[in-house]
Amino acid sequence: MLEAHDLAARRGHARLFEGLNFAVEAGHALVVTGANGTGKTTLLRMLAGLSLPDAGEIRWDRKPVAPFDPVVRASIAFAGHAPALKDELTAEENLTALLALAGEMASPEAIGRALDTVALGSRRALPARVLSQGQRRRIGLARLSLLARPLWILDEPVTALDAAGTTMLAEMVAAHLERGGLAVAATHAPLGLPAQRTRSITLQ
Amino acid sequence: MNTAHTVAVAHAPVSAAAGAILPGVRWALARDIRLALRSRAELAVQLLFYVIVVSLFPLATTPERTLLATMGPGVLWVAALLASLLSLPRLFAADYADGTLEQIALSPYPLESLVSGKVLAHWLTTGLPVVVLAPLLGIQYSMDAESLVVLSLALLLGTPVLSLLGAIGAALTLGLRAGSSLLALLILPLYVPVLIFGAGAVDAARAGLGVAANISLLGAGLLIAIVGAPFAAAAAVRIALD
Repeated sequence: MLEAHDLAARRGHARLFEGLNFAVEAGHALVVTGANGTGKTTLLRMLAGLSLPDAGEIRWDRKPVAPFDPVVRASIAFAGHAPALKDELTAEENLTALLALAGEMASPEAIGRALDTVALGSRRALPARVLSQGQRRRIGLARLSLLARPLWILDEPVTALDAAGTTMLAEMVAAHLERGGLAVAATHAPLGLPAQRTRSITLQ
Repeated sequence: MNTAHTVAVAHAPVSAAAGAILPGVRWALARDIRLALRSRAELAVQLLFYVIVVSLFPLATTPERTLLATMGPGVLWVAALLASLLSLPRLFAADYADGTLEQIALSPYPLESLVSGKVLAHWLTTGLPVVVLAPLLGIQYSMDAESLVVLSLALLLGTPVLSLLGAIGAALTLGLRAGSSLLALLILPLYVPVLIFGAGAVDAARAGLGVAANISLLGAGLLIAIVGAPFAAAAAVRIALD
């Protein structure tokens, strides 16, 4: 379970949000909406443990966590604004490297299957620099599907994805929730997640 | 309930990766070397820069042998400093720009180990070639065999210190405008001890004095940098990401 108590954030002198409370239970998703500059990315980075909240507390499994907490690092899959791909490496190498960095060894077959699932099977040997933005996002989807992490933190996950990619993402998140996982997503576009498992908050 | 299963999965990587220093070093080392080999032109440019800077001095000053032999060690060391500085801004900046640095900081492996791997890769791709080329370039300065051996040894001990100290500066200047010029201002003063002991070792050899003191001090500096720099650089990376 992921909880936020009285969370506050500011950038410089501007207050982004304060007194933010929520709890996400296993098998549920939290969708964060709000206009540009209301602190969605800041909130997600706090939950991922990349930034320190200006006030309040984040709890994971009922224990307060600090930024870069090892337990949190081993529990989350963070998909930020940038897809963390290296232009010089192929789709396959990028995926392998990202999984190894997360401490998970995937067999080449598993990686091939995951790339097939996101319709990049025929592009696996191409350097990431020649892939389109949407295809780069899809590598991120393949990564999520291979990471056995209970908490997914997704920042604008549908950016640059086409309709098929958005459906794919929705199905992956739904399956993840079905398995008892958690997801927090910041988004402008509707994600199409199962309504009974989804809560949303709007930042102002 | 599925939760129990998920929690078990969640905690597996902790035990596997907790304190796992070597896998982290290995990951960063292997990836950065692979990336460097994919952009060989960049490596070649850095090395050529070193070669050209060193070769300019005899052309610009004097062909007189004794004077060149006096200047040689200092010039080679200054050029090594500049070559190291040339490649340092990219040490973390590329990963910072494409989001990889966030994933690195969120990896279950200790950030210090990943930073160490990156620094080691930086030294292998930029420092080691400088060490290997130095004796060849030293011939331009009519340095004798013993001086060349001492110079290589001093560079072998000193250039890793440059990479380690430079990593701290590169991490501290992440995301700043004019970061790379600031990096030079920040780091060059810290390079001074390495320069003094490194060039001093060769001078001592030429004067027929023992080189043990200078070499020992360089070695001590290297050990301190190996122990301290990854922690400082990792802390700076965390600050840059906040």
